[in-house]
Amino acid sequence: MRNIFLFIRRYFNFLLFLLLQGFSIYFIVHYSRYHNALFSNSANQVTGKINDQVNRVEYYFRLKNTNNELVKADGILLNKLRSDFEIPDTASRTVIDSIQVDSLERYRRYLYLDAKVVYNSVSSQNNFIVLHRGANQQLKEGMGVIEPNTGVVGMITEVSNDYAVVMSLLHKNSLISGKLMHGGETGTISWDGKLPNLLSLTGIPKTAKVAKGDTIITSGYSTSYPKGMLIGVVEEVIPEKTSSNFLIKLRSSANFYNLQFVYIIDNKQTEAINNILDKAKKKNQ
Amino acid sequence: MGSFIKYFIRFALFIGVQVFVLDKIHLHQMVTPYLYFLFILWLPFRMKRSWQLIVAFALGFALDSFRHQYGFHSAACVLIAYFRPFLINLFIPQEGADTNYEEPSIKSMGGMMPYLIFTGVLTFIHHAWLFLLEAWQFGNIWYFLIKTILSTAISLLLIIITELLIVRKQKFKTNTI
Repeated sequence: MRNIFLFIRRYFNFLLFLLLQGFSIYFIVHYSRYHNALFSNSANQVTGKINDQVNRVEYYFRLKNTNNELVKADGILLNKLRSDFEIPDTASRTVIDSIQVDSLERYRRYLYLDAKVVYNSVSSQNNFIVLHRGANQQLKEGMGVIEPNTGVVGMITEVSNDYAVVMSLLHKNSLISGKLMHGGETGTISWDGKLPNLLSLTGIPKTAKVAKGDTIITSGYSTSYPKGMLIGVVEEVIPEKTSSNFLIKLRSSANFYNLQFVYIIDNKQTEAINNILDKAKKKNQ
Repeated sequence: MGSFIKYFIRFALFIGVQVFVLDKIHLHQMVTPYLYFLFILWLPFRMKRSWQLIVAFALGFALDSFRHQYGFHSAACVLIAYFRPFLINLFIPQEGADTNYEEPSIKSMGGMMPYLIFTGVLTFIHHAWLFLLEAWQFGNIWYFLIKTILSTAISLLLIIITELLIVRKQKFKTNTI
């Protein structure tokens, strides 16, 4: 017994070193389980507040860019107004259905919530974005995030009371399904950890017609994004030698360098879809 | 107590500069400018080794919580805090310089060259361990090596600039202990 104490005393520094290294590596390995832990939430609140203060200053330097983006987005919306179009057939007229079953409110599928970006990184291997909006303002984990011009930004992975952490597309764990706007083939979007704004799309068969400049959109197969949100534009098409698929490099539509405002997509049917999936899985077991 | 406040302010400043200035600079995907770990190199000679390890862990953890990925920087910081005393023993010039001065600097290490080697080796260890932990998940040895060497060069440049800009008061204490 005495020898054990002597040993611990003699090698105390080395043991402490091993213990702290062990802690760190445990955090790295168990990231996904760990990030639900309680104090991650409070650490999130603290760093969120600091980020918010700094962003107040930084925000002024980017006002011009932000404004340009908003004007562009506004222009797109204005062009969708019904009053922009003439209806040639004067015999038909539009009637607003007043029956409750058909009302938009009740059957709304997607609700867009705006949020301010307070922290954003692109230089790391796993990048995150912090939003000044959290559980108290209706955010939940798993919601999709887009920028004002409907370019996909990422998905919410952590929510504290007033702040939310978004796993950006520039993250090694980020996998979303993307689709060729022309052909309709779907594949998986991932990031290789090198150049920001350059994503890869895998799983597109070589029979598909792809060319540089084609648009890639979201497939709508997940509950996080509606169909047709922009992901990027094809930059390079590389045939994989070992498989019958293409490896497609694409330039992301969202500019991750200067995000100021984003919209969060609240899919009102998420719960319903998940319930029915669970039911189907139970039946198969 | 006074030195505790000094080191606390220094800790906050290093983390602040790293998170809000250096992390916003995007030079190239191969180069990540790091400076925050200079805090560990500047810890006093006579601080207990176990405390050095704990302070280093706290520094790494503070940066990790800003980046929302825990473990990477704390692992690298603890590693260099563990190696630091060995390197100080290697490079300290004359007998008792570590008792004459308070903390490592160009003056107390006896010139530019020993100080640069001391910081260079620790910077390299820090970057290598940090990028190795990150590259584990991507697995490309050349990418890892080039990134480590380039980032070490940038960090050393930043350290030299910091040394030139910030004058730390280095009192020469009498060598009677």
